[in-house]
Amino acid sequence: MSGAAAVRMAGIVKRFGRIVANDSADLEVASGEIHALVGENGAGKSTLMRVLAGMYPPAAGVVEIATDSGPLRDVTGWSTRQAIEAGVAMVHQHFMLVPTLTVAENLILGRELRRGLALDLRAADREVRELSERTGLRVDPSRLVSNLSVGEAQRVEILKTLYRGAKVLILDEPTAVLSPPEVGELWKVLRRLRDDGGTVILITHKLDEVIEISETITVMRAGRTVGRMRTTDSTPRTIAKMMVGRDVSLALASREPGAGSGGPDPPREATSPVSRLPSPGLRVENLTVSSPRKPNEVDGVSFTVARGEIFGIAGVEGNGQTELIEAITGLRAAASGTVSLADSSGTLRDVTTHDVRARADTGLSHVPEDRHRRGLILEYSVAENLILGQQHRFTGSANVLDRARIAGNAASRITTFDIRPPDESLPSRSLSGGNQQKVVIAREMGRDFTVLIAAQPTRGVDVGAIEFIHDQLRKARSEGKAILLVSADLVEILALSDRVAVMYGGRIVVTLPGSDASAEVLGPYMTGAQGTAA
Amino acid sequence: MARVRTHIEESILPPLVALVIAAVVGDILIIIFGQSPGDVYRQLLEGTWGNAYGFGQVIYKATTLTFTGLAVALGIRAGLFNIGAESQLASGGFLAALIGLAMPPGTPAVLAVSACLLAAAVGGGVVGAIPGALKARFGASEVIVTIMLNFVVLALLNYIVAAHIHVSETLHTPEVRAGALPRLAAVFPMFSGSAANTTFLLALATAAVVWWYLFRTRPGYELRAVGLQPDAAEYGGVRVGRVWARAMLLSGVLAGIGGLNYVLGYKHYYEEGFGTGSGFLGIAVALVGRNHPIGVVIAALLFATLSQGALAVNALVPKQMVDVLTAVVIIAVATAVPEVRRALAATRRPSGIGTAGTGNGEQATEAPRGVTVPGSRFPGARLQRAADSQFPIPDSR
Repeated sequence: MSGAAAVRMAGIVKRFGRIVANDSADLEVASGEIHALVGENGAGKSTLMRVLAGMYPPAAGVVEIATDSGPLRDVTGWSTRQAIEAGVAMVHQHFMLVPTLTVAENLILGRELRRGLALDLRAADREVRELSERTGLRVDPSRLVSNLSVGEAQRVEILKTLYRGAKVLILDEPTAVLSPPEVGELWKVLRRLRDDGGTVILITHKLDEVIEISETITVMRAGRTVGRMRTTDSTPRTIAKMMVGRDVSLALASREPGAGSGGPDPPREATSPVSRLPSPGLRVENLTVSSPRKPNEVDGVSFTVARGEIFGIAGVEGNGQTELIEAITGLRAAASGTVSLADSSGTLRDVTTHDVRARADTGLSHVPEDRHRRGLILEYSVAENLILGQQHRFTGSANVLDRARIAGNAASRITTFDIRPPDESLPSRSLSGGNQQKVVIAREMGRDFTVLIAAQPTRGVDVGAIEFIHDQLRKARSEGKAILLVSADLVEILALSDRVAVMYGGRIVVTLPGSDASAEVLGPYMTGAQGTAA
Repeated sequence: MARVRTHIEESILPPLVALVIAAVVGDILIIIFGQSPGDVYRQLLEGTWGNAYGFGQVIYKATTLTFTGLAVALGIRAGLFNIGAESQLASGGFLAALIGLAMPPGTPAVLAVSACLLAAAVGGGVVGAIPGALKARFGASEVIVTIMLNFVVLALLNYIVAAHIHVSETLHTPEVRAGALPRLAAVFPMFSGSAANTTFLLALATAAVVWWYLFRTRPGYELRAVGLQPDAAEYGGVRVGRVWARAMLLSGVLAGIGGLNYVLGYKHYYEEGFGTGSGFLGIAVALVGRNHPIGVVIAALLFATLSQGALAVNALVPKQMVDVLTAVVIIAVATAVPEVRRALAATRRPSGIGTAGTGNGEQATEAPRGVTVPGSRFPGARLQRAADSQFPIPDSR
């Protein structure tokens, strides 16, 4: 199917203030192909695609789009509306949906079907249902968007663009929020789209995905295009090298046995009577969490995470993981059950009735799943963010902030955790996603703690930073910390966890030693096909 | 250096642009009235900053506005929109007058002034704390509660004064027996005749304290965190409801102390409607002052100048023209700010850093064209829109 160019961008320059996001970047995508645009976070991929989708006018360069009759048309500096009309649409990392409207209402927004003066919602509902069936993007059109999981919301975003007749579909890291079966579904949808003559541009930095789905690849680094090749001619290693500009260890690709062997033995390898009873760091017993729309978001969950252990919770998002984490960290009250944490002396303390700060003081660190909503105050400087949650420890007399200690703390964290650019006074908003996450990691792992809740710790983070964050988690394990890893990224769970549990429908449906876990074994549990009978 | 420049551009330029726009609109209006803009503006300046009396009146008006502006700004910093500064101001003034009346004439000044200050703080604080507590406890919208409390509180105060403690033939209380504050004229004779008094110094000191509280203390750090991102603040162990309650209380206290300017500094009694419009104008002061204490002081002086200037130019053009200018300034600030920022972002030249390695482009602050930034919970936009529609033009008395 692939043939003539559908999209051609040449010499694109885009600046934000003093920052050059695109520095003469090029891109050419043939129609009817799936093209992977890869590069580290901050390499300028999203910016380039936003220029293509009409959200930013470029400072220099040319954007051309194939017309129906064939020849390319110069569309440099067009608007989003013009782009959508020409069939170029982008699905963003952060969704652009109206939460108070239903799926169908969101889809028809801007091109409402009318019957007389009234909206013809029934026809809309039917159309959406048909589209949903045809593309395999299954989602109930009558549900409110605010009630959808992240994965479902993404499906709605893709549906929205298809509903508007997208011929060139741009996806910005679409798999960051999906479970393996959902990723498989997405690939099917994209391939179907391609086979129908559509063009797909996929922004990603997951190299296995690039190899699996794409036909051609463009690699970006520091705002420039540094390579363009056929997927069949590349390997993850060559792509990674081109992305980062140096060799990286692709630890993710394979489990590294014994990575945590420096500390107390994880339970599955227990050999002596003493280490068979590892001291618990976090214990959750019969925890039930309610929300206004569901009485059992978390439904009687019990587990213990030993010190020196990484306990991974896998599962499709929206199965109670968020509520579980919030109940453990004190952000949400438990309906019943208890949460206990080991304090610095190793004594397990019941903290069920304690607030967020008291739990943090007991020894709980928390890398939240959404750094933009909870993890960082984006307008605050890096230094200010590096004390969030610990601000009461950075005061002198009478609650006055100790600015010298705040600056000293920032300087040391920035060095230790390699936060770039190394400027503590920059607003956190101006950092790249990977460096924002490093700020969160530096704050939560750079202080004394006994238990770490790491939720989606590498979401939207580039390869180099993933490597770094995983190393930090392994190091913390070897230092005897109890780590609860909650991730929708099964590869990550499998790469790090000593034990793996799957959450489905608010329950833990299976717990396995890490050595017995694999995508094949866990997949059925994640979709509810197995383990829910009891 | 570059950052300082950015900061100045972003925080100071929008109000300046607003002033320019207002001046242009003013020119047009003046020409319509058949006058020369130069003459009118000269007269406006001469009647305010050009002579000691006019300047004193500007100082006097700016004093009240500084307090109400600080009250609104503190609320906005916590993500709250306090529209009740009007009644908090009145309540503070009333309670101060009541305490001033209750004390015997010979009470030592330090004691009397302190007691009245405390009374004003309590009077404003109580009225501010009610919506704060209702919001923290039940999630009631502070906007609605403060608006409605304005009616309740002002009616109640008027009733008490009219029914129980007014001087016959007037709508004010008797003069306080202790606690009166000296006019500035007592030290600087040139202010003779104007209402400027030592409360202005209190206002400047209060602005400094509010700045220190917001930017140098832990409660201030937590308050601003709640205003920017309540979810992140909650994650950081901040009890959001408590911060709301505290911020509304402090906001009320600030507005309440503003009542001293009239009651202790000027007339020495409480009179119905003494601060009408000052509470609402405080919203404009906070917005134009970018919710920063220094900005609030400057904005208060600006609006006070316009208010006093209206009287000075009344012979040439109707004084309502200045009300129109005031409104134009507010509308321009409320609408121009994001546009000015975007224009700046587009024109600022790169200076070498940030090209390689750091690669911040994808997270840069410019909002994509035609797209609302998800997760942006900056309350300013909502507040500024609200201010446009709800802010009544104050009476320039």
